[in-house]
Amino acid sequence: MKQLVNFTLNGETVSCEVDVRKSLLEMLREDFGMTGVKEGCGVGECGACSVIIDGQTVDSCIYLAVWIDGKQATTIEGVTHEDGTLDPIQASFIDAGAVQCGFCIPGMILSSKQLLAHNPSPTRGEIRRELSGNMCRCTGYQKIVDAVQLAAKRLDVEPHARAAIPFTIEK
Amino acid sequence: MDKKKIIGQAEQRWDAIAKVKGQASYTGDFPIRNLLHAKILRATIAHGYVKHYDITEAEKMPGVVKVVLPEDIPATPYATAGHPWNLTPEKRDIEDRNMLTRHVRVYGDDIAAIIAKTEFQAQKALAKIKVDYDVYPVYLTPEAAMAPDAKQIHEGHDNVLGRSKVGYGDVEQGFNEADFIVKRHLSTPVQQHLHLENQIAVAYQSDDQRWFCLSSTQIPHICRRIIAQANGLPWSQVRVKKPFIGGGFGNKQDVIIEPLTVALSRLMGGKPVQLALTREESIAYTRTRHAIDFDFKIGVMKDGRMTAIDCDVVSNQGGYASHGHAVGGKGGTFINALYRADNLRFTAKTVYTNIGTAGAMRGYGMPQLVYALECAIDDVATQIGMDPIQFRQLNHQPDGYYNQFGKTKQRDFRIEDCLVKGREAFNWDQKLAQAQQKTTSTKKYGVGMAAFAFGTAVWPFGLEVAGAHLIALPDGTFKLHIGATEIGQGADTALSQMAADTLGVSFEAIIRDSMTDTDTDPFDTGAYASRQSYVGGYAVKAAAEKMKQKLIERAATTYDIRPEFLDIVANQVVYATDGDLVVTVKDLVMASYYDLATAKALETHASVNIHNNSYASGCSLAEVEVDVATGQVTLLSLMNVHDSGKIINPLLASGQVEGAMAMSAAYGLNEGLVYSAEGRPLNNNMLDYKLPTMMDLPDLDKVFVETVDPLGPYGNKALGETPTCSPAPAIRNAVKNAIGVEIGKIPLTPEVVYQAYHQAQATVEGGIADV
Ligand code: FES
Ligand code: FES
Repeated sequence: MKQLVNFTLNGETVSCEVDVRKSLLEMLREDFGMTGVKEGCGVGECGACSVIIDGQTVDSCIYLAVWIDGKQATTIEGVTHEDGTLDPIQASFIDAGAVQCGFCIPGMILSSKQLLAHNPSPTRGEIRRELSGNMCRCTGYQKIVDAVQLAAKRLDVEPHARAAIPFTIEK
Repeated sequence: MDKKKIIGQAEQRWDAIAKVKGQASYTGDFPIRNLLHAKILRATIAHGYVKHYDITEAEKMPGVVKVVLPEDIPATPYATAGHPWNLTPEKRDIEDRNMLTRHVRVYGDDIAAIIAKTEFQAQKALAKIKVDYDVYPVYLTPEAAMAPDAKQIHEGHDNVLGRSKVGYGDVEQGFNEADFIVKRHLSTPVQQHLHLENQIAVAYQSDDQRWFCLSSTQIPHICRRIIAQANGLPWSQVRVKKPFIGGGFGNKQDVIIEPLTVALSRLMGGKPVQLALTREESIAYTRTRHAIDFDFKIGVMKDGRMTAIDCDVVSNQGGYASHGHAVGGKGGTFINALYRADNLRFTAKTVYTNIGTAGAMRGYGMPQLVYALECAIDDVATQIGMDPIQFRQLNHQPDGYYNQFGKTKQRDFRIEDCLVKGREAFNWDQKLAQAQQKTTSTKKYGVGMAAFAFGTAVWPFGLEVAGAHLIALPDGTFKLHIGATEIGQGADTALSQMAADTLGVSFEAIIRDSMTDTDTDPFDTGAYASRQSYVGGYAVKAAAEKMKQKLIERAATTYDIRPEFLDIVANQVVYATDGDLVVTVKDLVMASYYDLATAKALETHASVNIHNNSYASGCSLAEVEVDVATGQVTLLSLMNVHDSGKIINPLLASGQVEGAMAMSAAYGLNEGLVYSAEGRPLNNNMLDYKLPTMMDLPDLDKVFVETVDPLGPYGNKALGETPTCSPAPAIRNAVKNAIGVEIGKIPLTPEVVYQAYHQAQATVEGGIADV
């Protein structure tokens, strides 16, 4: 059985006739080509499929596609600015060396974005708690925590001054 | 004119932008028209034989294109291990498996497959296949599989699939001389790689009528060969491409799903077929780190000098040989790399059982060996009442030791520096004293450490070849083709830094590719053994030196200057003495494309065969809190100290170290795949298999004792795997320091620690707790 869903995807109004059994993850990847949304487990354990829905991070693999009707969804593709430049969080992940294989990174960045939206200057402990639903096997998480701290500092200043804030590790 | 150093700089990894944008395409991200989907039917017993399949209902399920039984595809036995092919038949990996099988040797064995229009339809149809089994006894441990009446898991082959013995001197004599003898039985769990991207492959017949496979593999060239062997195809008729890959850690150094994916596409007349494993399949039915049991016996004098080391190893292979005895036997040549003792004996065997097949995993047998060795060594130090760092300082091999097993002089072997540096940087003495003071009746504190030695790449035990190819592009940049495989570790970035450094151009002037292609990239055996920046480094250096020479020759001819006067610095050909500009690399290369009279493409190739090895070393220091009321161990701090020669990229290097430390800390504390008595995996998901989350780990400290290795292509030696060796035993030794109990197994779960502590409290003698 199919159902029509209308929603906002990365700022654009879209619609789709979707099989009611499909997950949001499947719809985003297959019907909208949002391959930045990754599947690491498919059952809500790893966070690789994280997307932001109406200001909350959600594991899109255990969120039915039809539930998105009338809502706003942001994927990693919607974090990059319109002109292709990077969001300060993305830039901070690069500068802090937080990217290795990269498979967990879209989910990590979306969770970080959500964290910083409601807690602009989190402690390392708060970052560790808030991002604990996103798993990474490559990094040991340290540089991801560094990246979120760096992003917090950069988001705290005017856009033109951000690039001048270098990566230094604080613990 | 000063050359800008590129080696040693924290250059940004070239692929990071694509990855933070979600733009990086992994195997499952490519749009492929008319893609069919396959799923594997998994055995629901661990040992037996499929007598009969009933596929009538499955065939009628919506979307099903074909139900595939073992008889439908080639049945040539093949080996999956990602080792280079061996021209000597006796030295080849054991060819003991088929793509699909009626002989069930592990729970989840691949007994049939379904091809359907969608993955969901294939999955639904699987449940409709009915299977009748003959059920055989299940052997979970080497002990059970070695029992005299045990059935052969592979008919005609003893369940002990490999044995080895190395040593020197006379251990019995050594024990006779010793003041003390310490015996320890130590065991390690089944660890799984848990790369975030599951195994996935797509295969089809390409327009040249050959067989194309897109796969998440660490070893594209080996993958091509194994696909061809399993399918009975000439090797040239297979082409493998590897795009971005979401981690491998050795699991993708086994060619697990690709041969079957190609076989299924061949059954479909070459239509594209995708086979993607689920997380549950990837954890339970691919490869694991071997569970190995060690019996150590060490003789020591009162002054701390060791007289003899005896180590007996039993490695649990699981149902198929995969990397086989290469893993369990490896440790034998590394005890002597680290420690002196006049008498050494190392005996090992690897045994088929019916648990999941073990293969390569980061460190390749060394995390197991180092765990066991470093527990035993530490217990010896405790026995004679010596500081554990001092004990290791007294007994480690000196710089320049000639390792007779590795046929290598351990040049620039800096373990002493690591131990000295570790003591100081970790504040060992202070933390040790504080641990005793902080201890209360319920919370105990302790510190512990462990050391290791590790080779770089596999010489002299195996083939070490690599290739590189450079093409000068019209704007003065260079396309670098390498067979070495980027799997997230950053090899591509390190190798690009090397090319830039040798050429005299900026890092940005080197262009890499996310795709490794067996048709166009030079031969390299792939990502394993901490070999790529070492062996691959020589190839890149050779290709870059040739390119530099070509550029200088061209400039010398064009500008009529003797070549020996010229150098390339910062993208310019200059006079070596004073840096005066002759021509920019850009203008020089542009002319090589379009100058009517002299245009001639600038390309260089290099292939190297490396016959040397540089030994890396290091140590870990850990501080723990143990809650004896619950058995919970909290890791308060962990430091790794590394002797890895020149650090090519400090940001990437520390990232590698942190990830590996986390993997080893979790090996010591939480991780382990467990099986029911019937051999069924019980925790093959990310909730019950305790992969550490961000909250489970402290900040990880690391120190590099940086030198320039005299052999490494850029002064570098192994780093990718070395940090997985010593954290787990350092944590175990810290727990011992905290609670006074020498626990003989990992992971140190609350249950294990609680029982060990309370059992020791109840026993007067104490001693090692075997729980
Ligand atoms: S793929 Fe959704 S949580 Fe793992
Ligand atoms: S970077 Fe590989 S899983 Fe996080």
